[in-house]
Amino acid sequence: MQTKIPESLLTIRSQERQMLYQMVARFTKEYIVPNIEGWEDQGEVPRSLHKKAAELGILSVGFPQNVGGIGNIIDSMIVSEAIIQSGGSSGICAALLTLGIAIPHIIASNDQYLIEKYAKPTMSGDLIGSLAITEPNAGSDVAAITTSATRDGDRFLINGAKTYITSGYRADFVVVALKTSPTLGHKGISLVVVEKGTEGFTVTRKLEKLGWHCSDTAELSFSNVIVTSKNLIGEEGSGFSAIMANFATERLSMASQALASAKRCIDLTMTWVQNRKVFGTELSKMQLTRQKLAEMQRQYTVARTFLYDTAIRYVNGEKVIMEVAMAKNTAVYAMEAIINQALQLHGGMGYMRENEIERHYRDGRIMGIGGGTNEIMNEIIAKQLQI
Amino acid sequence: MKIAVCVKQIPDPAAPAKMDANYNLARDTKLIMDESDSYGVEMALQLVDKAGAGEVVLFSMAPGEEVSGLRNALAMGAHRAVLISDPRLAGSDALSTAKVLAKAIGRESFDLVLAATESSDGYTGTTPVQIAELLDLPSVTFAKGIEVKGESLIVARQTEAGFDEIEVPTPALVTVTAGVVEPRYPNFKGIMAAKSKPVEKLSIDDLAFSPDSVGASGARETITSIRPAESRGAGTVVVDEGDGFAKIIEYLESLKVI
Repeated sequence: MQTKIPESLLTIRSQERQMLYQMVARFTKEYIVPNIEGWEDQGEVPRSLHKKAAELGILSVGFPQNVGGIGNIIDSMIVSEAIIQSGGSSGICAALLTLGIAIPHIIASNDQYLIEKYAKPTMSGDLIGSLAITEPNAGSDVAAITTSATRDGDRFLINGAKTYITSGYRADFVVVALKTSPTLGHKGISLVVVEKGTEGFTVTRKLEKLGWHCSDTAELSFSNVIVTSKNLIGEEGSGFSAIMANFATERLSMASQALASAKRCIDLTMTWVQNRKVFGTELSKMQLTRQKLAEMQRQYTVARTFLYDTAIRYVNGEKVIMEVAMAKNTAVYAMEAIINQALQLHGGMGYMRENEIERHYRDGRIMGIGGGTNEIMNEIIAKQLQI
Repeated sequence: MKIAVCVKQIPDPAAPAKMDANYNLARDTKLIMDESDSYGVEMALQLVDKAGAGEVVLFSMAPGEEVSGLRNALAMGAHRAVLISDPRLAGSDALSTAKVLAKAIGRESFDLVLAATESSDGYTGTTPVQIAELLDLPSVTFAKGIEVKGESLIVARQTEAGFDEIEVPTPALVTVTAGVVEPRYPNFKGIMAAKSKPVEKLSIDDLAFSPDSVGASGARETITSIRPAESRGAGTVVVDEGDGFAKIIEYLESLKVI
């Protein structure tokens, strides 16, 4: 995912990236904004959206060139920003861009069979993939998962259950984290692709959530599921490190989605306070409003500056495990404060389902949980501090 | 099929316009591709696609070596661009612009030269036909569709009543009406590829113009005064008290619409 030219403040503002932003903004306004309410009601986005996004190259962004990808994590962040800041949502990003967590392990394994069969068709919008790690009794503690795969010659026999799986209801294939060696702790974890329709693999429930209504979330069950060993991603036992390796990009993506939601709420609030009159004057003329908006903008700008600084360093090959954790928490805390104030400044209208702020308020709550909770981020920071 | 497309790069219409002392639009801000030219670019790309082979070459005259609007058209799929940028071109009128573009286009042979019917900043609508005259090409304006028929083009020319079908031999110049085709999205690969597509930069010396024949000193038009467009009236508010439909009918009758 490295570009030849080192990333810098100049490269992130390049003309190409401005054009990328404009292209995705136009796509959002034409294909997402008119439909998002319906998709929120239906609980999922249609496959046609994946196909359209793929035609525009949006689903190839952030993946290596050798599999037909283009750009890096910074371009992926720009895509999310353009979607959310043009009237989409982090829920749309979760549903449409699930491939950002579903196929990187396949690509990193360099397994041509799996790349051709699953990764490329997902980037072309023909397949939907998802990643299944969390279990009813194991979330952030990945090493504690119990879903198992027992090798039987060139096949695996899989048993277990997964939950909170993004796009799991629609997914054509699921990259499942499971124990191939139950006694080895995290070193016994492997990743295996399980296709929809495989006997014994069922979606047991489409889960209802506080937010991200347009993004389907599922509970999955594996009961004596037989899968060819060709579907093992990388070496047996390499799953844990593969999962950890992709966390940085997932966290940077989530941080950028959080801040894009915050920015969208600032923009909507700016318009609102300039039109809303209270006690005979525009809301924007009141000192209290001005103070609040200034504070919201400050929180956003500082968090985004640090996020991009971290992303640039990450792309340039620096070790920024601690900074990524800090950037995510900083983004999440800023977003929570900003969206809360944006809703407050909208008054009763902010609480209404018809108002976009209400959706961001609900959607935003997951940001401090998914991709590693705020507390896990702090654990990472503490570990790096060697206390 | 080899097609030249004239692309104007204009100040963003969404930003407030600034005028200089000579009542010319200030062009020292970031310039973007005139949206009316995106239809010509799209039509050219479709014609080349249909022909199975060919080239779409963009021509633009802009200050400050501005290429951002051209990059957009290159990202859509145009093959290369020619930019004429020279401080001595400042203050050019429509004819000077036509002379410069015609000379640049005339260095190669094209089957077709496309342009918008008019730009979204100057609105003279005269540059394309002047280019045709200077290049000694037949011209058809207000095209809503172009089809290739052997060595000719069948152009659907929009009229108030419908459209005329005109057959014109190639090479020809055709102006394209805004909104007749859906300009494609530049996809991300196109955007990245546009970065490395050739943009030839020319000065007036490269085109062998003397400085007094173009730019402000060569202009035959001068703008003597400008005034703001009249703002639209506030309109009439009709309160619906259960008789809204009758009031609408009454109003339409007063206009003799019904």
